[in-house]
Amino acid sequence: MPLDTKIEDRPWLDSSIEPFIKIQNVTKKFGAFTAVDRIDLNVYQGELFSLLGGSGCGKTTLLRMLAGFEEVTSGHIFIDGQDMAGIPPYERPVNMMFQSYALFPHMTVEKNVAYGLKRDGVPKLEIASRVTEILDMVELGQFASRKPHQLSGGQRQRVALARALVKKPKLLLLDEPLGALDKRLREQTQFELMDLQEQLGITFMVVTHDQEEAMTLSTRIAVMDQGDIIQIGTPTEIYEYPESRFTAGFIGNVNMFEGRVTNNSADHVTVQGTDGTEFYIDHGQNVKEGQKVWVAVRPEKLVINKDAVAAGPNQLLGTVDDIGYMGNHSIYRVKLASGRIVQTTAQNIVRPKDAEWAVDWDDKVTLTWEPSATVLLTK
Amino acid sequence: MSDNAISNESSIQERSTLSWLDDKLQQSWKFLLLLIPYAWLLIFFLAPFILVLKVSMAEPAYARPPYTPLWEWAEDGYLTITLIFENFSYLWEDELYYETYLNSVVIAFNSTIMCLLIGYPIAYGIVRSSTSVRNILLLLIILPFWTSFLLRVYAWMGILGQGGELNDILIFLGILDEPHQFLYTQFAVYVGIVYSYLPFMILPLYASLEKLDMTLNEAAADLGAKPITTFLTVTLPLSIPGIVAGSMLVFIPATGEYVIPDLLGGGNVAMIGRQLFNEFGANKDWPVASAVAIALLILLVVPMMIYQHYQAKETEAA
Repeated sequence: MPLDTKIEDRPWLDSSIEPFIKIQNVTKKFGAFTAVDRIDLNVYQGELFSLLGGSGCGKTTLLRMLAGFEEVTSGHIFIDGQDMAGIPPYERPVNMMFQSYALFPHMTVEKNVAYGLKRDGVPKLEIASRVTEILDMVELGQFASRKPHQLSGGQRQRVALARALVKKPKLLLLDEPLGALDKRLREQTQFELMDLQEQLGITFMVVTHDQEEAMTLSTRIAVMDQGDIIQIGTPTEIYEYPESRFTAGFIGNVNMFEGRVTNNSADHVTVQGTDGTEFYIDHGQNVKEGQKVWVAVRPEKLVINKDAVAAGPNQLLGTVDDIGYMGNHSIYRVKLASGRIVQTTAQNIVRPKDAEWAVDWDDKVTLTWEPSATVLLTK
Repeated sequence: MSDNAISNESSIQERSTLSWLDDKLQQSWKFLLLLIPYAWLLIFFLAPFILVLKVSMAEPAYARPPYTPLWEWAEDGYLTITLIFENFSYLWEDELYYETYLNSVVIAFNSTIMCLLIGYPIAYGIVRSSTSVRNILLLLIILPFWTSFLLRVYAWMGILGQGGELNDILIFLGILDEPHQFLYTQFAVYVGIVYSYLPFMILPLYASLEKLDMTLNEAAADLGAKPITTFLTVTLPLSIPGIVAGSMLVFIPATGEYVIPDLLGGGNVAMIGRQLFNEFGANKDWPVASAVAIALLILLVVPMMIYQHYQAKETEAA
């Protein structure tokens, strides 16, 4: 696995570092329904950790257990070494930014932000200076005396963020922090959020269903499904080295082929697809010959060839069925002889002459990819 | 793209012809819809009010109706209008009225406070209960309306009377040695008013509390507020519209209440509703009775304006 960053940026690889949040064998049941099923998870100081999954996967329940709104049915949660069992939300070193923002509608922006400090009995002068400071940080200084309903969605989001951050919590929980913003604002806010997190050094735990958001924001991602954590890893690991069909399919687009192992060597594996395609994977893997496996290739890893290519593994022949022109890149849907559609993307590096593209509808093409780009999945 | 633009244009034209007709229709509908409430107010509020106002400026007479006419055609063909303000100055001068008004307001005010203190926890409890239980509880609140109000007051006469259930229970518990006079006291009037008007407090409170976003409570807890602080700083201030609405719905009718002070208070609790009835009935002095009614209306204009103010503010916020 490529390790291009320093070890201090990846505390989870250093076994001597004590995790900041320890979630141990935590289960949460609502009646007969198990929302979170025996989850183990360690999050380290200063991380921006994302819980990613579809609705009902248990990510929000897990976050609410960290905040103290839900009691764990069994298992333990430690935050900064302290067992959270029986500790009510108002005594936890944790603040949360709610999906709906949950701003107090009867209070001004200033009062909203000051609310938490007042509860802690912070002296008035200090409250005033800290509120001003944080409002300036989120660029809402001139809106201090407005009520929430007089603000735009983006401004409300920043008030909610300021209100949660002003108490300098050890851990900030964010429930779909960018969910209510439009696309452009979301992209901009993503980077602001990352800068802020870096600046303050607070550990962030984000719940999101948006894989792009999770990919850009996070140091690590936990992919969740039906109360379980399917895979934990950095965005690169999750995207390039998925461990299961679920992860591969949930994050980004993928072309998935079913097949059986034909050759299992120490340095490579070959697979024959059910439609006869030969796959070559350039690393050894713990599989048996004849075992049913899946081969996954990301669309952008496929290369479109209009000219004939010397026969070999990792090749798919087909005709261009559809082209989606996105400006900077195009999406090609290629129909194979078997009738199945394979998706590939290509950057539009050259400007077409007379609006004629090199690859066009109904062109016969060969799709090829590097052996290293092939992912072998057993589950 | 250009095809789309053309078809869009033509459809816009079509739509504008249609929408012109639509607008006309809608306007007349709007006019009709607005006419209904205004007509209602005119016929059932303004007209009776003018009638009462007219009577309040007449003099009592042995006639049918028992007051002098406001205008008369004199023999020489002149129209004579006689306006008598004496009835109003009479109210001002006679201490009885002044005290009765004051007593009514005090009893209504105290009853309102009691309804609020009892009703708020009930409304809060209903909001916090599960949906299935909530509907049953709401039904229980409305259930008393299914029997006649008068019947329920009579039932209280039985409960509070000398041989009534309240005395029985208190004697059984050893709190009293002999029956106590509950009926025909101020206490009985309070019991009656609080009992009768409690639903009018609970329902607007419920409506207002039910609208509150429960995540606000979670946000307050998350920011370090204990449950009681959350209630005082978030729930209570946000339920003020409900408190005002409920209080007005109790205070306004309680001030003019007649049946309860008459049946449960006997002659011992002076309230303006009873006074009004006495003037109309026993004294046959319609003009003074009308003046009493007008004065009561003016007295209640202030709380009604407060109510209106909050209603308007709430609609504005929503």
